[in-house]
Amino acid sequence: MVTRFLWQGMTRNLRLFVLLVLAVGILVPLSNLLLPADSAFRMPSWAVQLVGKYLCYASLALAVDLVWGFCGILTLGHAAFFALGGYCMGMYLMRQIGTRGVYGNPLLPDFMVFLNYKELPWFWHGFDSFWFAAPMIVLVPSVLALALGWFAFRSRVTGVYLSIITQAMTFALLLAFFRNDMGLGGNNGMTDFKDILGYSVQSDTTRAVLCFASALALAVFLVISAAIVGSRFGKALTAVRDAESRMRFLGYRVERYKLFVFVLSAAMAGIAGALYVPQVGIINPSEFSPGNSIEAVLWVAVGGRGTLIGPVIGAFIVNFGKTWLTGALPEVWLFALGALFIVVTLLLPKGVVGLWNQFMNRSRERRARAAA
Amino acid sequence: MLFLRSVSVLLSVLASLALAGAALAADLATLVGNLTSGGLSEREGAITALAASGDERAVPILEALGAGQLYIRNSDKLAVIGTVDGNKLALTEAVSGKPAGSADEADLERVRVNNRLRGTIEAAVGSLTLMSPNSRTRLSAADALFKRRDATALAALDQALTVEKDPRIKRAMSEARAAIVLATAESSPAQKLAAIALVRERGDRDSLGILKTVAAASDGEVKTAAAAAAESIEQSLAAWQMAQNVWYGISLGSVLLLAAIGLAITFGTMGVINMAHGEMVMLGAYTTFVVQEVIRTSAPHLFDVSLVIALPLAFLVSGAIGILIERTIIRFLYGRPLDTLLATWGLSLVLQQAVRSIFGSSNREVGAPSWMSGAFQLGQLNITYGRLWIVVFALIVFASLILLLRKTPLGLYMRAVTQNRPMASAVGIRTPRVDALTFGLGSGIAGLAGVALSQIDNVSPNLGQGYIIDSFMVVVFGGVGNLFGTLIGALTLGVVNKFLEPYAGAVLGKILVLVFIILFIQRRPRGLFALKGRSVE
Repeated sequence: MVTRFLWQGMTRNLRLFVLLVLAVGILVPLSNLLLPADSAFRMPSWAVQLVGKYLCYASLALAVDLVWGFCGILTLGHAAFFALGGYCMGMYLMRQIGTRGVYGNPLLPDFMVFLNYKELPWFWHGFDSFWFAAPMIVLVPSVLALALGWFAFRSRVTGVYLSIITQAMTFALLLAFFRNDMGLGGNNGMTDFKDILGYSVQSDTTRAVLCFASALALAVFLVISAAIVGSRFGKALTAVRDAESRMRFLGYRVERYKLFVFVLSAAMAGIAGALYVPQVGIINPSEFSPGNSIEAVLWVAVGGRGTLIGPVIGAFIVNFGKTWLTGALPEVWLFALGALFIVVTLLLPKGVVGLWNQFMNRSRERRARAAA
Repeated sequence: MLFLRSVSVLLSVLASLALAGAALAADLATLVGNLTSGGLSEREGAITALAASGDERAVPILEALGAGQLYIRNSDKLAVIGTVDGNKLALTEAVSGKPAGSADEADLERVRVNNRLRGTIEAAVGSLTLMSPNSRTRLSAADALFKRRDATALAALDQALTVEKDPRIKRAMSEARAAIVLATAESSPAQKLAAIALVRERGDRDSLGILKTVAAASDGEVKTAAAAAAESIEQSLAAWQMAQNVWYGISLGSVLLLAAIGLAITFGTMGVINMAHGEMVMLGAYTTFVVQEVIRTSAPHLFDVSLVIALPLAFLVSGAIGILIERTIIRFLYGRPLDTLLATWGLSLVLQQAVRSIFGSSNREVGAPSWMSGAFQLGQLNITYGRLWIVVFALIVFASLILLLRKTPLGLYMRAVTQNRPMASAVGIRTPRVDALTFGLGSGIAGLAGVALSQIDNVSPNLGQGYIIDSFMVVVFGGVGNLFGTLIGALTLGVVNKFLEPYAGAVLGKILVLVFIILFIQRRPRGLFALKGRSVE
């Protein structure tokens, strides 16, 4: 039954796309591991890492799209859930360093020794085990989303007000995580990770596996999202986006729909963040900065909101552009990013995918006309 | 006030100089001569005589004597003050204060003093400064004595009190005297009680310290009186601290008001979230910088009015850019508030980067004109002129905006569009024009805010970013479409923030305020003073 539920949402295009994501997740790392160093098809290690990073961003974009594109909640704080998942993973990785830190303290991470902590803060207990950290990666963002969403949706905070609240939330978290007293590394955050599940995070094999895991996670998220969007529940969700009051008058508990999708999306963002941290090797409070969340929204807008493929494509396009431009012409990057925001909202409200569909429809019409 | 005071000081100095004249200089020379000749026993008399002369120029000589820096040059028996300069001593003539070359220590003979003499010297210096013709010197001497509580200065204080005319200085002297009385064990209980009353009236932190030590060290009537006085001072200090916090809060609130009020107009009238509002503030600050640069290079005498010149320019620059943005971007996005939010965010990135490319990413220095620097004391409140002017300026901007909305045709149209856009359009108001002007006005006010903020914040491309979230909080908290709501919202948030700071620290305080607002919006999704009616939905 579950398989049928998951299968029904999959269109042919989406099935192909999921296969494509998995193919990237398998072939890119494999080419790095198996092909000889001088082969033209071999991906260098940094490229594997980059692709893994983009895949995590794509998962975040998909999470944003689920609430914004399908439910009309413009969240400007989703990077906070991403970062929280990342911090949970970071705490696990910190505990794995053990005595190999600069100070060699078996219990306390380096920054705590440096800040004169005498014992481990209570919320650090358990993070030495991956099987404790893994559920936390999902739980911490979900619980925050549940609390915020429950309050907000129940009192019918909508539209820009909700956007501002979510932005205030991530800003408050940014300020909080900058404090050394939080016991989470202050403004330096956490870095110098050594092992994940006993394998060195620096090794090519681990990187390859992480890249594949990111692709797998994205594929799973795509399947789950497709199933939700294609179900009766998904139809109701879209209806809430388009005519919230009418849905309420028809007797639907609008806030429950919103809350469910908001929490699910936060959990997805958390997992994406957790996969992101071991690949980039650092997590610090700047991940909470409101600009990051808005950028994630841009990925969705560029790719095409309200579609499942769009956010993934958008995340890849924008981040590839960012990687390339910040290297080649650093001062142009912000101009380009800003212009992208304006151009996409003014001229491309349906994003790249919308443009493609339009193009396809037109050529199909032309063919139909030619046939007639 | 300050001007008058400095004039009176100047006059008194001039008068005393004219009176003193050459005769006194000769006196000083003989007195110093007495000081350096003779043995230790005669020196005490000489010091007292020097103190009795009341000549201010004796102060550095006596201080040098106390510090062991007064010498007699072997070659000409001239009294000189020597300060270490490399391995030689740099000399100045003791009497005239003129430089007198340098010499090895071997060529000089130090004028010796012992510990008893040092006490005498200190008292002499104290009394000399207490008798100084310069009223500011007298006041600071009295204040210094209050803090030092030096029993040897009691006689000098008594003497000075008999001749002092200025009531303020007289008061400071009697307070110093009271402090000394309280610090000496031999004073009678009656004396001490009178002194406690005096110190209690002074009522600052130092007095509190004195009274606490007295309360701990003595017993009986004096102890109870001192304890009672200390408690009353503590209470009044707490009240002053409260007042100081309120003032800081109002000051922060006025800054928030300036930053938020333009946002409130555009958000209220057009339902448009302008994420580039902070950048309009930043442009205003950079306009101020440019104006000051031009003035610095071409007309330095205008520096004091640079802000006055910058105000209309900043309004025009930000306002014009605001209208341009409205005409080219925002008008295509009406009815899509979330898209407007994204587009204006992109715009803010472009503006920041543009300013960074033109002016560089480092902080630019914007100077404060003389009438904005300095501070004054109001009771125990410390108020800087810069902050005071910003509060005044924010209120002026607010009042003029209210007038504009209430008394001009544009204001009427704006209110009409805020309340019911289709109806306003139906009765013939050209809503697109009103939108453009409203957006221009909101942005122009942001420019004005930028001029004010250039005085208290770093003028950098990131200036606006720091205010945008706070401004949103103010607008949302106060209620959209209601300027008085914005005023109250800004002041409340400012004061609450400053009250939380001492307990929670600046950052945690801010986090608490954010959390408070997030919870508040749940209770009242439309803010404190929401517009009522069906047009809102």
